[in-house]
Amino acid sequence: MGDHGGIEDCIRVSQSIVQWFRFASPQSFYPLAGRMVPWFWAAAAIFGIAGLWMSFFVAPTDAQQGEGYRIIFVHVPASWMSMFIYLVMAFWAGLGLALNTRVSSMMAQALAPTGALMAALSLWTGALWGKPMWGAWWVWDARLTSELILFFLYLGFMALQAAIDDPRRADKAGAILALVGVVNIPIIYFSVKWWNTLHQGSSVNLAKSSMATTMLWGMLLMALAFWMYSIAVALMRVRAIILERERHTEWVKHAVA
Amino acid sequence: MQWHSVGEFFAMGGYALYVWGSFGACALLMVAEPFLARRRLIEVRRSLIRERLADELESQQRTR
Amino acid sequence: MNPFLATVRRDVLLAMRRKSEVLTAVFFFVIVTSLFPLGIGPEPVLLKKIAPGILWVAALLATLLGLPRLFAADHGDGTLEQMVLSPSPLGLLVAGKILAHWLLCGLPLVLLAPVLGLQFDLDASALGVLTLALLLGTPLLSLIGAIGAALTLGVRGGGVLLALLVLPLYIPALIFGAGAVEAHIAGLDVGGHLSLLAAMLVLAAFFAPWATTAGLRIALE
Repeated sequence: MGDHGGIEDCIRVSQSIVQWFRFASPQSFYPLAGRMVPWFWAAAAIFGIAGLWMSFFVAPTDAQQGEGYRIIFVHVPASWMSMFIYLVMAFWAGLGLALNTRVSSMMAQALAPTGALMAALSLWTGALWGKPMWGAWWVWDARLTSELILFFLYLGFMALQAAIDDPRRADKAGAILALVGVVNIPIIYFSVKWWNTLHQGSSVNLAKSSMATTMLWGMLLMALAFWMYSIAVALMRVRAIILERERHTEWVKHAVA
Repeated sequence: MQWHSVGEFFAMGGYALYVWGSFGACALLMVAEPFLARRRLIEVRRSLIRERLADELESQQRTR
Repeated sequence: MNPFLATVRRDVLLAMRRKSEVLTAVFFFVIVTSLFPLGIGPEPVLLKKIAPGILWVAALLATLLGLPRLFAADHGDGTLEQMVLSPSPLGLLVAGKILAHWLLCGLPLVLLAPVLGLQFDLDASALGVLTLALLLGTPLLSLIGAIGAALTLGVRGGGVLLALLVLPLYIPALIFGAGAVEAHIAGLDVGGHLSLLAAMLVLAAFFAPWATTAGLRIALE
């Protein structure tokens, strides 16, 4: 009896694995992504509205920085997402390289522009925050400098993929670059941090100025909104990439009819 | 709530340029990016439909 | 003969037949470092302060200059495909090519740096630290650069793309390399900087030939 149940379990598990691999084909992922996009937009909108409400109407004025600190509610989420998206992108790219699944490589390609956008937003808002707080648009602060380098890494990834005509080769070359980047990011971050302490960089430490819990909640809600936004946009882009790359297959011809 | 008037809210305690510059840039880019992604999808679809129609026309002419 | 040493010997011999390619990078290094005082002014105190950074950035760019040629010639005449098919492991041959690149492109910079450092009023012990830091750092630059060279092999606009890919990855080497000389001038201990450079070199020596090999296989598919 027990053995019998075990075999059934095995079959059920393998069936569910097969189910998962089914979604790894562009043909079934394309409609699935299309169905998921509105849900992520809705989640992004809900978190965004709640986050904006928290950040403008609930969070109190900061004792040291006045109302200027409210930039934190977009600056920190953008910085978090720019780093997180790089990791996710490298994960999908690496998976595509290891298992030769086309959809994961396409996902990596779809994530890169969103990650670069997040890094750009982080730099822009960082500059706008730095001007009133440090008196300069740009300070060679460890975090800002690492963010700039991360932005360069995104640009390199996108430029490499754009320069290679054969999509499969572009996927694999991009994957190696992304993985090399992932190994390097911690080294770059700590070297920049070390360089910064040696040169006595100026750096506002907000954690010390006793952040109110409402501020933290606002930041978390905004980060969730940015997260959902990134997924929604990446899924939209991956749908376009799937159609572009699979345009000569039969299923695409039926899908757009 | 700490705002007493709409004007005070938009003034942001003197930091209007920096706060609205940040939120504005985020809003602008986060509207533009989905718009561009959507346009890319629509354009691929359109070109695929065009291709399909061309194929159909060709096969019709051949049967005639 | 050992396939590793055979590859090194072959690449060095080939480069010796066409000396101009090796000399270009060296001249570039000399000219760029000499341009800075002309742009900034001859004030010794200022020049001494910026010397480590200038020498290191110039070394970075000079290394970059030779990278597109690392695999291009072998790719063009089909030697690279023979290497992939040869019984000896490709990683070993690639490591040999990287070592040859360092001998031709990195070592001359290390030897020239103390002479160029004199232009910036660095004293003897600072010149020693500079040479030591470059001795540890330039192989690191060749190793990381080889990954970029493999990924951009045969890609249009490869040279500029290579710079975009590789320069951000060079930043830690720049920070610790130039930092060692700066720390020495400021009277601090340089052991930490140099051991971190050495640690990064060991790490890169393990992983870079492997990543380069993967990149080459993709390029040749």
